[in-house]
Amino acid sequence: MSDTVRKTLFVEGKEVEFTDEKNLLEVIRKAGFEVPTLCYRPELSTFGACRMCVVEIEGRGIQSSCTMPPEPNIRVHVNTEKVRRIRKMVLELLLSNHDMECATCVRSNDCELKDLANKYEVRDLRFSRKRTLAPIDDSSPSLVRDPNKCILCGACVRACNERQGLGILAFVNRGSRTVVTPALGMNLGDVDCVGCGQCAAVCPVGSITVKSDIESVRELIDDKSKTVVCEIAPAVRVAAGEEFGLKAGENVIGKLAAALRMIGFDKVYDTNFSADLTIMEEGTELIGRIKAGEKLPLFTSCCPAWVKYVETQHPDLVSHLSTARSPQAMFGSLVKDVAVNRDGIKREDYKIVSFMPCTAKKAECLREEFSVDGERDVDFVLTTQELIRLIKASGINLAALEPEELDLPFGMYTGAGTIFGASGGVAEAALRTVYEIVTGKALDNIDIEATRGLQGYKELKAHLAGTEVKVVIVNTLKEAEKMLQKVIDGTADFQVLEVMACPGGCIGGGGQPISCNDPAKKQMRANGLYKEDSELPLRKSHENPEVKAIYDSWLEKPGSHKAHSLLHTSYVNRFETCYKNQKSK
Amino acid sequence: MEPNELKIREKQAESAEKIAAQGTRVFVCAGTGCVANGSLEIIEKLKEAGINVQTIQEKKMTVVPTGCHGFCEKGALMVIPDLHFTYTKVKLSDVPEIIESIKTGVPVDRLLYVDPITNEKIAKNEEINFYAKQHRTSLCNCGHINPEDIDDAVAIREYEALEKVIRTMTPEEVVKEIMDSGLRGRGGGGFPTGRKWMFTQAAKSPTGKKYVVCNGDEGDPGAFMDRSVMEGDPHKLLEGMAIAGFAVGADEAYIYVRAEYPLAIKRLRIAIAQAEERNLLGKNILGTDFSFSIHIKEGAGAFVCGEETALIASIEGERGMPRPKPPFPANKGLFGMPTLINNVETLANVPLIMLNGASWFASMGTEKSKGTKTFALTGEVNNTGLIEVPMGTTLREVIFDIGGGIRNGKKFKAAQIGGPSGGCLTEKHLDLPLDYDSLIQAGAMIGSGGLVVMNEDTCIVDTAKFFMNFTQSESCGKCVPCREGTKNMLKILDNITKGKAKMEDLDLLQELARSIQAGSLCGLGKTAPNPVLSTLKYFYDEYVAHIKEKRCPAGVCSALRTITIDADKCKGCTKCARNCPAGAIKGEIRKAHEIDQAKCIKCGACISNCPFKAIKEA
Repeated sequence: MSDTVRKTLFVEGKEVEFTDEKNLLEVIRKAGFEVPTLCYRPELSTFGACRMCVVEIEGRGIQSSCTMPPEPNIRVHVNTEKVRRIRKMVLELLLSNHDMECATCVRSNDCELKDLANKYEVRDLRFSRKRTLAPIDDSSPSLVRDPNKCILCGACVRACNERQGLGILAFVNRGSRTVVTPALGMNLGDVDCVGCGQCAAVCPVGSITVKSDIESVRELIDDKSKTVVCEIAPAVRVAAGEEFGLKAGENVIGKLAAALRMIGFDKVYDTNFSADLTIMEEGTELIGRIKAGEKLPLFTSCCPAWVKYVETQHPDLVSHLSTARSPQAMFGSLVKDVAVNRDGIKREDYKIVSFMPCTAKKAECLREEFSVDGERDVDFVLTTQELIRLIKASGINLAALEPEELDLPFGMYTGAGTIFGASGGVAEAALRTVYEIVTGKALDNIDIEATRGLQGYKELKAHLAGTEVKVVIVNTLKEAEKMLQKVIDGTADFQVLEVMACPGGCIGGGGQPISCNDPAKKQMRANGLYKEDSELPLRKSHENPEVKAIYDSWLEKPGSHKAHSLLHTSYVNRFETCYKNQKSK
Repeated sequence: MEPNELKIREKQAESAEKIAAQGTRVFVCAGTGCVANGSLEIIEKLKEAGINVQTIQEKKMTVVPTGCHGFCEKGALMVIPDLHFTYTKVKLSDVPEIIESIKTGVPVDRLLYVDPITNEKIAKNEEINFYAKQHRTSLCNCGHINPEDIDDAVAIREYEALEKVIRTMTPEEVVKEIMDSGLRGRGGGGFPTGRKWMFTQAAKSPTGKKYVVCNGDEGDPGAFMDRSVMEGDPHKLLEGMAIAGFAVGADEAYIYVRAEYPLAIKRLRIAIAQAEERNLLGKNILGTDFSFSIHIKEGAGAFVCGEETALIASIEGERGMPRPKPPFPANKGLFGMPTLINNVETLANVPLIMLNGASWFASMGTEKSKGTKTFALTGEVNNTGLIEVPMGTTLREVIFDIGGGIRNGKKFKAAQIGGPSGGCLTEKHLDLPLDYDSLIQAGAMIGSGGLVVMNEDTCIVDTAKFFMNFTQSESCGKCVPCREGTKNMLKILDNITKGKAKMEDLDLLQELARSIQAGSLCGLGKTAPNPVLSTLKYFYDEYVAHIKEKRCPAGVCSALRTITIDADKCKGCTKCARNCPAGAIKGEIRKAHEIDQAKCIKCGACISNCPFKAIKEA
């Protein structure tokens, strides 16, 4: 607008222009000044609890910059003696209530508290540190909660509420007895936690972390009697390089193949392969449901946090979920079945490890329906974070490796499989295939832009041989819940609902390298996936030659009896029991 | 419109008739304090015994349960204004004599108040110093009406101001009147009420909805002025809220009361129902276009819910934790709508201002603090209770005139004013006018009006520790300085009272205090260090004595007591050794005994058991 008055304020004497920044902190940071924070998370609501971001404003004294809206002409000082004293005191107070077992903490390298304590020269603690240690909650297959490290910043509470609408974690008690806990002091494994890991993704310290299965995987690899193969999920390849000095979004799939072979995996495969397979099965299922006009809208079933959400919160709606297993689960059942029943390897000697951006996948692989004779289809799931640690601990610098090819046949994939890692990718991949199957015509423009982008809600209409199909794409369960309410009250006007529980899809997964202070990384990772898609020779799942081959040689055709037994599943009402009776092996 | 054309006039006449028909009214306090002293049973028995009684004035007698009279320590209280009787410490067994006195007009002598200084017996309520020196405005009806009968309220012109406002004034005029009165928030902060109203009035609501919220979450230990208004004169509060609603454009309101005020909740509910029945609340009040409904929200009794944003969160069903301001409630408050939030006492002043005019209100008090203020006067004074005085009254007048001086002829040492957020005043402040600004300058604050008087036997460190213990356990736990800082301040204070502190700890204590003041999110944290800072300022030596000499000058801190046996006086009777629970006293019979200081737990059992006064404590 031409009549908008230019608004400025002063940071350390430097005139800084501002427009619609949500708080003073953003303006200060935009101007290139650093202000420390612990509880502030740009994508969550402002909490104002840690007081690290205090600044001094002339005439107004000390203010927390995260809670203060920018105002014209104010003069802000970000590093005065008074400000530093408060920050240092806050750090000293937090550490006096922290277990300080930094050497053994999984967040040792990227702990925000440790980093700031170091920067602010907190060397000796003047306050007594006597405290009894609270038990560590490792009941969840996905996450570990250590209350002794919690600094009560409330980021996890906000993430669970604001992203997933679940409110699994909340503040309890008052004053210095305040703790963050699931309801009634229960364990994470005993409540309706879907395991998405968004709490861990925003934790500034090591209080909520991804449960590590690295040692179990090491044991498998060290056992020479076992064949150990692995699959890599789409979103992993565009994030794993971040910890090795590469840019977010840089595709390191070839380097990962090299690294994982050095570590000792017998074969390095790709979950993109089974993503292509998912499209064949789910696409066929969708066409069937539309023809029959039943169980619509169809809900995608790739996201295990979403599946558990439906099973626990809306068990009446499970019939809407696609019966197609998730790409991880399909990969496990199919590849093991081929190894055992075609190649004659003993089931207990053939092990599959999957690398996922996702913490909920750790729970998914423990589902009873995804094992045969007590042997799991996918033996272990390591998140991107664990993959990075595994590579580093093996003395490998990922960035310096020459890319290698993935193994065939299960390392063959199309661009449609790759984009599964971003919100909208499943819908786009499905449309590419379904359109061509239904219409028999080639799709003019393969890039379906309406499916792309990080926003929570997207929709588009597709014309499939006279039938108009409305596709709704949401990410985060809070957005999904709005759609479910429409299904419940009968106002749902869409036929397909794609849901990914994490913001932006799997690229923002709870197991990805922590990026909560740098939201731009999610877009960069998504761009990396779309870039790979655009560069691949094959970009439609039904064109994947190895997918065609496996149907011809092993599965007959999409939706066949065998495909059903290996690639589909059924859902149960978990309203009361969650995963109570399922235990890790 | 002329005053006589108000519709309420008719109702007033009706109600006055009903009241007159009650004959001689016997007011028995049914406030929480007196109920605890058995006043409900007394009321029942009096009603029974008084059925056919003809009073000296040849009228029938009617027993009227009232709200708090303020002089709770003398409960159960009974006042018969027609006969000029005030009875104190009434028991159930006194009823026959009281009935007799009503018949004969001769008061029951032993139930009369005795002046602690002159030892004179006083029958007339208005002649008792405790009342005579007060100036009751917001509390003016407490104790003089039946809070459960709206006729009592209407007869004394309650709701008249409301009708006057909605029939003859514009919202802007109402806000201006409140501005001109100089009324400031009585809940603690002292923010100009008129400005708060103006902001809420000016705020744009996304849906047109605005709310009025009454903060009745009285949390200061010992303060009970808000409870007294809600229990004793609920209609005045409801009227004040309705006027506020008219002024800011709200049609719905909440009163946030802590659940541990069941009597206040009960009486408010009765009052709301009665007012709705008479069309003084609800839809189209008195036939006008103005509608106003009031809900009650029971709080769980967290101190922090007295902070307005935490209170709003609590009404919304969220955990009571303060939210960052801005946005201020005036712009984005309850359920995201513009919300006016005022404390009970503030709102109780509103009808009087509208009835008597801003200049009447502004004529009381000081230049910047207008009107009157209630104080919960407790501690070592002769008369404790709830009082109301004009702003600017001196501490001396409060303690020595109304309070009747220090108990048992002891010496005044200090007064803690403003509760756990307030500060300490000393002898040199006795002539300080009690108003918002003078107190802030002295390092204290009016707060909600808690006033604890301490004598020479009070340990100042122990007192600071008491308040710090309160704020640290009532901190909501959200921001680091308040949650962790108060915990560590308390730890240091505890060490001082146990003789385990070093002089450096005093520096750390002050450093912590300054960081908490400057760095906390809400008022609770920002003011939590006040009791420590003000006592450090005025009683530094007492802190030092605890640390350096391991001595508590007031002899309160048990860990610092040293108990010794005077060998010259000890006869060796062994009684002390037999009564020592720690086995710390040794000695042969008929020879002087000795205390093993390492074993002594300083309980003092030996001192009270020694027949020869040979055991002393230092």
